[in-house]
Amino acid sequence: MPVSTAAVGKTYPPTTYAVGREKIREYARAVFEHDPRYLDLDAARAAGYRDLVAPPMFCVVYSAPAMVPAILDPDVGIDFARMVHGGQDFRWGPLVVAGDEITTAVTVAAIEERDGKGFFVFESVSTNQEGHTVCVGTWTNIVRGA
Amino acid sequence: MQPGDELPELRVTPDRYLTIRYAGASGDFNPIHVDEAFARQVGLPGTILHGLWSMAQVARAQTEAAGGPAALRRLSVQFRGMGLPERELRVTSRVREVRDDGVVVVDTVAEQDTTQIIRNAEAELQP
Repeated sequence: MPVSTAAVGKTYPPTTYAVGREKIREYARAVFEHDPRYLDLDAARAAGYRDLVAPPMFCVVYSAPAMVPAILDPDVGIDFARMVHGGQDFRWGPLVVAGDEITTAVTVAAIEERDGKGFFVFESVSTNQEGHTVCVGTWTNIVRGA
Repeated sequence: MQPGDELPELRVTPDRYLTIRYAGASGDFNPIHVDEAFARQVGLPGTILHGLWSMAQVARAQTEAAGGPAALRRLSVQFRGMGLPERELRVTSRVREVRDDGVVVVDTVAEQDTTQIIRNAEAELQP
């Protein structure tokens, strides 16, 4: 089944995620982070941050609401039963702290067929309330037998 | 940090219910990660780790070595073999180059037993 490249370049409505202290703590504990800047408000402030710092990989939490509609989009046409997360690239800007509001926009960056597999690549750009880019993600999903 | 230097190895053993806590923390409730019966039904040995959890361990190895979260500028990974709960995961990292702008480029992998679950990973650090 050949892949359709018609959705390449498609964008989705941006979503905004309000970063909460307890969500940062919950995430940090689930990934076994012990750095007090993620867990202890006094330690974060003593280190010069306005509030608890989000670990860099917390980007998956604030990007998810924007990513889900893109991955589920019938125009993209991913067959979930055969999909694996093939690769991931994140580039980070200024650190995110609790109280930030992060807006994420997603684009279908590429759809290709190689070696009988479909490669579906999405780009997410996340921006804080001051307009700084805090994270750019490149998400590669591979569908076998495409 | 100089080319060839190894960063401290990270070792962590995700417990049996880790994938459920990570699902809640991340919002990714794909049943292959949280539903043992479903996972077996689709031919897996049981629930498997989220790739992005394993990537977070690779990220943690970098930030712990480089002095904190601000040092990690970029992380790029490929997911390969599946990660399993209750097995020790090891992240090893070696400095490949130090660029003129001071950015340290690190080659890093995550393994369980002899399976590389994250390979060809590259981190850029600004310690």
